[in-house]
Parts: sequence; C-alpha cells; structure tokens
Amino acid sequence: MDKTVNQKAWFLVLPVFLVVAFSAVLPLMTVVNYSMQDTFGNNQFFWNGVGWFKELLDPSTDLGGRFFASLWRNLFFSAVILAIEVPLGIVVALSMPREGWSVAACLVILALPLLIPWNVVGTIWQIFGRPDIGLLGYVLNNIGINYNYVSNEFDAWATVIVMDVWHWTSLVALLCYAGLKSIPDAYYQAAQIDGASRWAVFTAIQLPKMHRVLLIAVLLRFMDSFMIYTEPFVVTGGGPGNSTTFISIELVKIALGQFDLGKAAALSLVYNIIIIIVCWVFYTVMTNAGAERRSAKGVA
Amino acid sequence: MARIDLVDLAHSYGGNDAPLESFALKPVTMTWRQGGAYALLGPSGCGKTTLLNLISGIVTPSRGKILFDGTDITPLSTQKRNIAQVFQFPVIYDTMTVGQNLAFPLKNRGVPKAEIDARVAEIAGLLDLTPYLSRKAQRLTADAKQKISLGRGLVRSDVAAVLFDEPLTVIDPELKWQLRSKLKALHRALDLTMIYVTHDQTEALTFADTVVVMHDGRVVQSGTPAELFDKPAHTFVGYFIGSPGMNIVPAEVRGREARIDGHTIMLNRNYDGLPPGAKIEIGVRPEFVNVALPGSGLLAANIERIDDLGRIRFARVRVGDVKFAARVPAGFSVPDNAAGLVFDPSHVHVYADSLLVEGN
Amino acid sequence: MSVTLEHVTRSIDGVPAIRDVSLTLERGTLSVLLGPTLSGKTSIMRLLAGLDKPTSGRVLVDGKDVTGFDVRQRSVAMVYQQFINYPSLTVYENIASPLRVQGKPRAEIDKRVQEAASLLRLEPYLKRTPLQLSGGQQQRTAIARALVKGADLVLLDEPLANLDYKLREELRTELPRIFEASGAIFVYATTEPTEALLLGGRTVCMWEGEVLQAGDTSKVYRHPETLRVAQVFSDPPLNIVGIEKKNGSVQYAGGVKAPASGLYAGLGDGSYRVGFRAHQLEVASGATGRHAFHATVTVTEITGSESFVHLSRDASNWVAVLHGVHEFPPGHVLDAALDPDNLFVFDAAGRLVASPGAM
Repeated sequence: MDKTVNQKAWFLVLPVFLVVAFSAVLPLMTVVNYSMQDTFGNNQFFWNGVGWFKELLDPSTDLGGRFFASLWRNLFFSAVILAIEVPLGIVVALSMPREGWSVAACLVILALPLLIPWNVVGTIWQIFGRPDIGLLGYVLNNIGINYNYVSNEFDAWATVIVMDVWHWTSLVALLCYAGLKSIPDAYYQAAQIDGASRWAVFTAIQLPKMHRVLLIAVLLRFMDSFMIYTEPFVVTGGGPGNSTTFISIELVKIALGQFDLGKAAALSLVYNIIIIIVCWVFYTVMTNAGAERRSAKGVA
Repeated sequence: MARIDLVDLAHSYGGNDAPLESFALKPVTMTWRQGGAYALLGPSGCGKTTLLNLISGIVTPSRGKILFDGTDITPLSTQKRNIAQVFQFPVIYDTMTVGQNLAFPLKNRGVPKAEIDARVAEIAGLLDLTPYLSRKAQRLTADAKQKISLGRGLVRSDVAAVLFDEPLTVIDPELKWQLRSKLKALHRALDLTMIYVTHDQTEALTFADTVVVMHDGRVVQSGTPAELFDKPAHTFVGYFIGSPGMNIVPAEVRGREARIDGHTIMLNRNYDGLPPGAKIEIGVRPEFVNVALPGSGLLAANIERIDDLGRIRFARVRVGDVKFAARVPAGFSVPDNAAGLVFDPSHVHVYADSLLVEGN
Repeated sequence: MSVTLEHVTRSIDGVPAIRDVSLTLERGTLSVLLGPTLSGKTSIMRLLAGLDKPTSGRVLVDGKDVTGFDVRQRSVAMVYQQFINYPSLTVYENIASPLRVQGKPRAEIDKRVQEAASLLRLEPYLKRTPLQLSGGQQQRTAIARALVKGADLVLLDEPLANLDYKLREELRTELPRIFEASGAIFVYATTEPTEALLLGGRTVCMWEGEVLQAGDTSKVYRHPETLRVAQVFSDPPLNIVGIEKKNGSVQYAGGVKAPASGLYAGLGDGSYRVGFRAHQLEVASGATGRHAFHATVTVTEITGSESFVHLSRDASNWVAVLHGVHEFPPGHVLDAALDPDNLFVFDAAGRLVASPGAM
C-alpha cells in the first residue's frame, strides 16, 4: 500500500540537475583540468600535474610570492573592517528607536547602501575621492591634507576601507537590531530592579542575547570581505602598484592579463578551497550552537 | 519589609480622562501589612498584573497614591522603590554563573565583597542552590532558573516587598508543588511582604494568608482562604473559588424563606431589609446541596448528568430554567430522571446585585 | 464506522515510542487516552490521523487496511493544545474553512457553521478574529472547526491544558454534550485522571508506549488491573505501602501491625503492596476498625473546595484529601488511618488481588 508520490519528486528535480551540471559542474571540471596543465588558452596543453600548486604554496617563487602577499592583504583587510564594522553596527543598533514611525524611517535609511550595485559603489567612491572633481578629495586637499588614493598607498587603503564600512555596516546594524528587538522587556525591568548601570545592562543582557546574531554577522562579513573584488577594483584597480591587490584582483591579472590559465586555474581552486573551509567552519559553529541550546535543558 | 498602602489607586491605559468603566484598575484603597503573604487572584484581564506593575513602578498610576511605610513612593522609579520581582519566565544573566547572578544586585550597590559572599551563601542555602553556585546559570532547568530569579530579589536585605507575576507558568507540573511549598517556607523564614499574582486558585490559596480576588478591574473580596470559601462576599468569588463553583440562582427572598421555582427553602437568618429593585440571588456550594429521592418537601429537579470524580459525585440537574450542581451522597443510587434537592441552610447565602447580604 | 490499530509499533531512531498497541474504536464512542507525558498518546493520535506510518502493524478503517494512506485521504480532524486558528480570518471564516476547501455550496456552509457555533456558544463572536478572543473562546473555535468538517474521527490532544483552570472547568463540563451531539469517534488525550473521569466513555491507560488497560472509564478507575494502572489513574499520586501478611495479621513497612481484617482476610500469606488514593486515607476521622499511622505534615495545598495534606511517613510521601479549607502547619504530627475495606492490594508482580467492592 505504498504511494508513488516520492518518485514524482525526483523527476521534478531532474531539470535542475541538468542545468547545474551544464553551468557549474562541467566548467568546474575544466578548471580542475586546466590547473594541472600549462596553457595560454590557445588549446595547446602541456601536462604539469601538481606543479602549479607547488609553486603557489612556495613563497619564494613568483607565483607563490604574489599569492601570499595578496592573501595577507585580504586577511588584513578583513580584520580591519570587522574591527570597525562590528562595534559600529552594534552602536548604531543600540541607538535606533524601538517603536513608532521613526523605526521604519531608520530601517529604510540603513538599507539604502546595501541596495546599491557593487560596481556603482566603487564608482561613487572613485569619483568622491578624486582631488579634482570629487567632494571628499577636493575638501580634504583644500584643508591641507594631501589626499590622493591613486598615488598614495595609505590613502588607497583608507579609501577602500572607509568605502566598505560605508557599504556594509548597515548589514551588521540590521542584524544586531533584530537581535535586540527579541529581548523581552522583563529583562530590562529586572535589570532596573537589580540597579544595573547602563554598561552592565549592555554587557550582561544585550551583548549575550545578541551573540548568535553577532556570530552570523561576523562570519558573513568575513566571507564577503575575503571574496571582495568589484569595489576596490573600480576605485584603485589594485594600485598604487599592487598595494591594494587582493587575491581576486591578482587572479584576474593572471588569467585575463597574462593569459596564464594554468596558474590562474590553480590559484582559483586554492582560493575556492579556502572559502569552502570558512563556510564549513560557519556551518559547524552555527549548528553546534543550536544543538548546545537544545541540550542545555537537562541539568539540575 | 514594608507596610503597603494603596490610596484611591486607579489606572487606565487610555489616560485619566477615559470613562471609569474602562479603567484597567478601578479605584482601590487597601492596606497590606508588613510581612504578609498576599495573592492577587482572578481571571485574565481582571487587573491583577496592572496592580502589580503599579506597585513595582513599571507603570505610573493615572490616579491615586502608593505608600511604603507611610512614605509616598508614587513618583519614585522602580530602582528606588526597593522591590524585587519574579516574572512569568525566568530572567537570568546568561553569561554569569549562579553565584554571580545572585551577587549582581549587591555588586551594583557597592556592597563589600565579604558581605556579598555571605549573603549569597545564605540565600543559596535557603533555595537549595548551593551545589550549583559555580555553574553557568544558563544550563539549569526552568525551576532552578526561577529560583535564581527569586534569589536575586531576596539577596538584598532591605527589600520592601517581593512581587511574583505568575512565576510557576513554565515550571513542570510535578515540580510546581515543590516550588510552591518552598515559597511558603521562605515567607515564614524571612518575614517578607510577598505579593503573588495568579489565575490559579490552588496557588493562591496555598501560598497566601490573605487572598485578594479581583474581577473586571475591581477588588471583589480580600480574606483568608477559609473566609473566601465559606462566605464569599460577591457572587464572582463564589463562582471562582472552589471546583465546581458555587450555584448562583435567582430567587425571591422574604424573611427567612427563599422561593425557587415555586418551592420554598428555609434560610437560617432573617433577610428583611433587602434593597428594592435589586437582583436577588441565593448562592450555595454544590457540596451543600444533596441529591435525594423526589419527595414532597424537596425542590424537584431533573437529572441531566452525573459526574463521577471517584472521591465524590456531582449531579448536574435542572430546576425549571436554572442549572444546579449538587452532591450525590456516597452509596446513593441515583434515580434516572427526577430527584429532590436537600439544602443545608447554614451554607445558603443571599446576594443582592451580586453582593452578599448579611441577614440577622 | 470503526477504527482499529493492530499490533502497531512505532519507533523513532530505534527507540519505540509505542509498542504493540492494539485498539478498536467504535462509532459514536469517546475514548480517553490517559497517561503521563511521553507515554505515547500523541504518537497514537498521529497514527490514527495518518500523519505518521507505523514501523510495524496495521491501521484499519471498517476492516480496510489504510496503513499507507496519508492524512488527506482519511476522514479525520484534530484539535491541539495550542489554540490553532487562522489569525487573519474571523471566527466565522475559521469555522467555515474546511467546508470551503471541500467546495461546499454557500447555503450549506452557512447552515453548518451556525450549527457548530451554537453548539460551542460562539454566536456572539462570529465576526471577531481569534486574537480578540480569550483562550477558551479560541479553543472553542478550534473545536468548532474540527467538528464542522463532519469527520468520522476527531482527535483532541490535551486541548484544555493551556487554559486557565476555570475556563478548563467550564469547557470540560460542556464537552460530553458536544461529543454526544456529534456522533463521530472521539479520541481525547490527557494527563489528568479527573478529565478522564468527567468525560466518561472508555479509558485507555498508557505508560511508556504500552497500553496497560482499556475499558469503561469507571471500571478501569475502580478495578485497576495492575499497580501501574492505579498509579496512572490517580491524582494526586497513589499512596503505596508494603505489607507482609502472616498468621492472620499484617505488618506494614515502617512498623505498624494490625489484624488481617477486611480485604486482607482473603489473601494468602506473603508480601503485597497496598495502594490507596488520597481520599481513602482518613485524617482525624475517629472511625473504628481502622489501621492508624503517625505521619508528619510537610505542606497543605488548598484548592478551594478541598485541602490536600502532604504527609511524610517512614521515608515515603503520602497525600490525603479533606473537604473544605483545612490548614495543618508543616511539622505537625497527626494520625492517618486506613480502612481495611477500602484499599487496593497488589501482589509482588503488581497485579490486583483485592479491591473495594462497590466503591
């Protein structure tokens, strides 16, 4: 007395399989293939096995050197923006109103930067920072600060970082706001009765209750910032020199600039694996946090 | 520990200009003595939580004053009122251990460490929390967490009153009675003024010395459990206390007689001065109306259903249009349809416009 | 129609939630599934509804095997503990929803909704939304919606557990009338013996996934076949004491010795366990022929009509019930007595060997 509903479900999924296979699996296999060949895209292949990978992981070679340099830049960039965006997002969330019409207004304003296409973000800041026609560039140079993101390394970094903070802090703020809203009033009343100071309320109630949400925010921002490409590319193009050349930009240089497809394929695979490891960490931590919560009921 | 006086206290969530009938708490004047255990009992929406919030300071009253030991504390904030409150669900600080949770109110007030430790140890002992002092509070069961919430309130020795807002809601039924007896034991040990809000009569009657029954924003009766059971001052109290509730039936009362459906019942008091035009009812608990075989001197009733609760049987009967619940004596074989009802005159009360009338 | 569960077992991750359960439910009957939490009541209901499939065994409707049929193909309605209603629809629309899904004509929908509303006393509230109603009214709406479907099988899973006790009392007195008016098969799950007694019908006593005893409610209450059944079907908890019968007298654990009168007389010598409900333990009654014990009061619980006196005696906890408001201070020592004609005796294996005749 069995139903046949289950079998029908597989048929519905089949087209998706085919599409994914065509657009993702086959190209991926091609990349894997290329990563083990030496080629310049002219259909001539020389087998290289794991040669590119060895070079990649050896900082003394040209490829390896560039890879590690850009890797450190990525990590540095992610660390800096997390250090700024997370506290700033929390502060913004704490300052937002909890009820009334102003809530909707604040939410809309916060959401605006998130909705802008990323290359437009890059373009905005590229123009904004120009010393001749950009508002920021012009004002800074006029008040005596020599600001030029094209020729000065520090200025380039600062611009890229400030741009990212401007673009993405809203996400952290919105996530934290959702976390804060879910705290029942009774906690604040109890804290009042206990005579807790504002700082104590923050550390004892708000921060712990937001910790899941903060975890999501940190991991999301880390992953996204580690994969960053469009915005810095539009503003600095990786320069001056290679001071803001992140892995993604390096990869494009090798693949589309030098046509060194073998090396590029190897680099992109390694990049991909790093991201997958981070995702896996994210997933494990999130599901463990959930399981821990569920199993915390059986003591005392 | 404080004596609490409510002076013409009333509150409306719609502002002071709203009509009196719509007030969530209608004007009440009462005194709660120091060290007493009080329960605010009533169905949802009766105003008990509003009253509790007025005392704790979470809500500022539209009208009236609250005095602690004679001092008007109405304008004071919650922090300054020196009360402790236990909420419906446990409120604990997740990142702290049990010991740190208990110490928190004292730390915030700058009490020296040695004193904090001593006090925490004392309260933990009273609440059977001593083995868990260094555990993370978040990992304990719901009833342990409620004890921690309670402990945080008790740890301050100068606390004026401890307020409970339906604290046993999330506790497992098997553990409820343990926590209830613990609260009662604590009250005796610490001599604190405790005010307990609940809709459950068992919780209220077990815990409190004085139960304040509320209905529709009004305090309807305030008395000991025995008083509420034996002599309800309002038909609502008669209905709400006791399971099943009191039978309230319209009747004509003259002198020492009450007439229901053409039949006369003797009362044990004289009711001469009943207000004219008022709605007259008599109230009698089902346990004091017995089912018997139909007879000439007895009120005739039709039996609709027998509820057998094992230790007692109740008959749901109908007299004309009126429904009664009556007790079936042990071993009595109930006739199929018609029966007679025997009333115990010492437990029949007369109500005019829902308020108890004292006969003479 | 009749619904039968035949040797049904359901395991989740290798752990049996219910074990070898066989039950037959007839048309127009009410069956109460009585047991503590996790005894398998909800699992049985889900199997009857078709929400789950048994790991082994069959489910039959009118003799036909419907084990594989899922819930949409069975004529079943369910009411849950949490008052589940469509929050954006009015009470009228909520009750009408199953009929609209069935595509019934408008006039018929209106007639049946009005009937269900009057049965559940919801007429004044038909235009309100669930959130504007009290808990009791929301649950009545859920029950009306379950009834209006005209399903052959209506399942109620602890429907009164989330209500204030007074609302619970009110709704409980109305349920028997509502069930009789409907004529479907009703299955009602509860943890409270009082509800089983008030609803009547048949009671199925459950414990850890097994059916201990099934039968007429009054009969199961008065003649629990095993000690376990007596424990499940007692509120407050059953009091238990061990005895040794020898040479015409009984020795109670904890020291009291008495002649083997009343129900003890007919027993063979040996060890037994005596179970008695709270009202069978007499406090300060002064009656003769009783076996008396000294016990210390731990706490008195006052419920309004009754007072439950919790006692401690020989390292066991007993509960006695008295009518009215009585308060004994904790630590007070009093005499609690047993009437040897009014208790349940179970043998060493837990089987009933003696019980009061007509109690």
